[in-house]
Amino acid sequence: MSLDADEVARIAHLAGLAIDEADIPEYTTNLSNILELVEQMSSVDTAGIEPMAHPLELPQRLREDKVTETDQRELFQKCAPKVERGLYLVPQVIE
Amino acid sequence: MWEVVIGLEIHAQLATESKIFSGASTAYGAAPNTQACAVDLGLPGVLPVLNKEVVRMAASFGLAIGANVSRRSVFARKNYFYPDLPKGYQISQFELPIVERGNIDIELEDGAIKSIGVTRAHLEEDAGKSLHEDFQGMTGIDLNRAGTPLLEIVSEPDMRSAKEAVAYMKKIHSLVTYLGICDGNMQEGSFRCDANVSVRPQGQQEFGTRAELKNINSFRFVERAINIEVERQIDIIEGGGEIVQETRLYDADKNETRSMRSKEEANDYRYFPDPDLLPVELTDAYLRGIEATLPELPEQKKARFITDYSLKQGDADVLTASRALADFFESLVEASGDAKLAANWVIGSVASMLNKENLDITDSKISAEQLGGLLQRVIDNTISGKIAKDVFEAMWQGEGSADAIIESRGLKQITDSGAIEKIIDDIIAANPDQVEQFRAGKDKVLGFFVGQVMKASAGKANPGQVNQLLKQKLAP
Repeated sequence: MSLDADEVARIAHLAGLAIDEADIPEYTTNLSNILELVEQMSSVDTAGIEPMAHPLELPQRLREDKVTETDQRELFQKCAPKVERGLYLVPQVIE
Repeated sequence: MWEVVIGLEIHAQLATESKIFSGASTAYGAAPNTQACAVDLGLPGVLPVLNKEVVRMAASFGLAIGANVSRRSVFARKNYFYPDLPKGYQISQFELPIVERGNIDIELEDGAIKSIGVTRAHLEEDAGKSLHEDFQGMTGIDLNRAGTPLLEIVSEPDMRSAKEAVAYMKKIHSLVTYLGICDGNMQEGSFRCDANVSVRPQGQQEFGTRAELKNINSFRFVERAINIEVERQIDIIEGGGEIVQETRLYDADKNETRSMRSKEEANDYRYFPDPDLLPVELTDAYLRGIEATLPELPEQKKARFITDYSLKQGDADVLTASRALADFFESLVEASGDAKLAANWVIGSVASMLNKENLDITDSKISAEQLGGLLQRVIDNTISGKIAKDVFEAMWQGEGSADAIIESRGLKQITDSGAIEKIIDDIIAANPDQVEQFRAGKDKVLGFFVGQVMKASAGKANPGQVNQLLKQKLAP
């Protein structure tokens, strides 16, 4: 399976990446190569094998339902470009 | 003729102390971003750790609707960009949700029972909140809600009218609040729903193209939003147009739905298993343990009320509408010793007072024990039912216990026949014409005398005794 330039542009858009038009052919080749590798792996017979959800074969550890965090707003907001009345400010988004 | 097809996605916020993947508090109403920790903010290097309670709550919902609770479920990343989602993905469940294939029975208007399929219920984290007020042309973000645990309950497209959708939504609401896994507060957004709505010609097998109505947060709006959307779709099709699959927002003020996202921006979420989280594995013993501690559910409680307290179906419906109301009623039965009287008071005076002041039963200004004290005075004939209503109002205003009010206002019923006879004698002497009429066979005049006696006694004469004594004295 190989990708075309439009698909690469769409993937970049979905990933929120700004890519240079001139680089698209190279991305197209590289990404297609990855997909081809996956295709090769698909030829392995995996009948009856349950897919893994994680490379570690362990179940999830759970934590108690307890509030352990304290308010660190001031610290966190130090690295925010803009804050007002405790809110993080971002360029306007209206749907 | 058109047939309406509806499926609902309900988001129930799970009533935990802390968030689904972090130890930040979930308490409502805190100052912005004071309950958003490094994990909720998606800062580099943090790892989510799953909350034990969230798993227990989801499993108890699954068991309560007779669904399959997965022995192994997996968290996945749902990728999209929005400022109130700092990580750039929402942790949700996709291929292997924690709950699959259950059923909810709803009662239709004609009393028939219809079973609605629950496709799945999965765990996920909520996003933050965007405030589009005036911040010099910018948007303010509060991430306190980010990471709050949600159970998204997805139905089959089994509903055929807005009324059925409301009945289903109410049923789920009652179930999650009974289970104690969600506080059900719709104003605060703890319980909200998206509706997938389509229409098709009656008899057609395949579904029409659907529109998704987002974030509806009241039962009334669900019904109105669906009805207005159905009208819109039928108008388009009958006008020769085609329905576009899209997300629409219901505007309650204008009572219309409008498009939220255009098609070319339709989301492709690129789900994949979250490498930060391992599969959740549940054992049979764990699930049996949860099953053993499930509380009595609405249907079971209703049936028991009908048998144990000889309630009518309709009264049992009202009294089991919420667990808090049912608990209030049962405490009142215990405090008063009379189930029928308790039911009448809860459905009557208590409900109308709560309604008037727009309060929930948990905010009642009179406790079941205090009200029980009042009902005992009705049962032992200290006061009449009518006077009890006045005492109830006084208690509601905080004037004290039933006994204290009865005492201070001198409301004790007059049961001394000598005293009642004296009042009756005076009234008979003062109204010779009416006595004549009664003796001439005009029975209705008795009502006049009862009224006069009650008035003269300021409503305190025992009505049964008044009737009996009047009949004796007026007899020719």
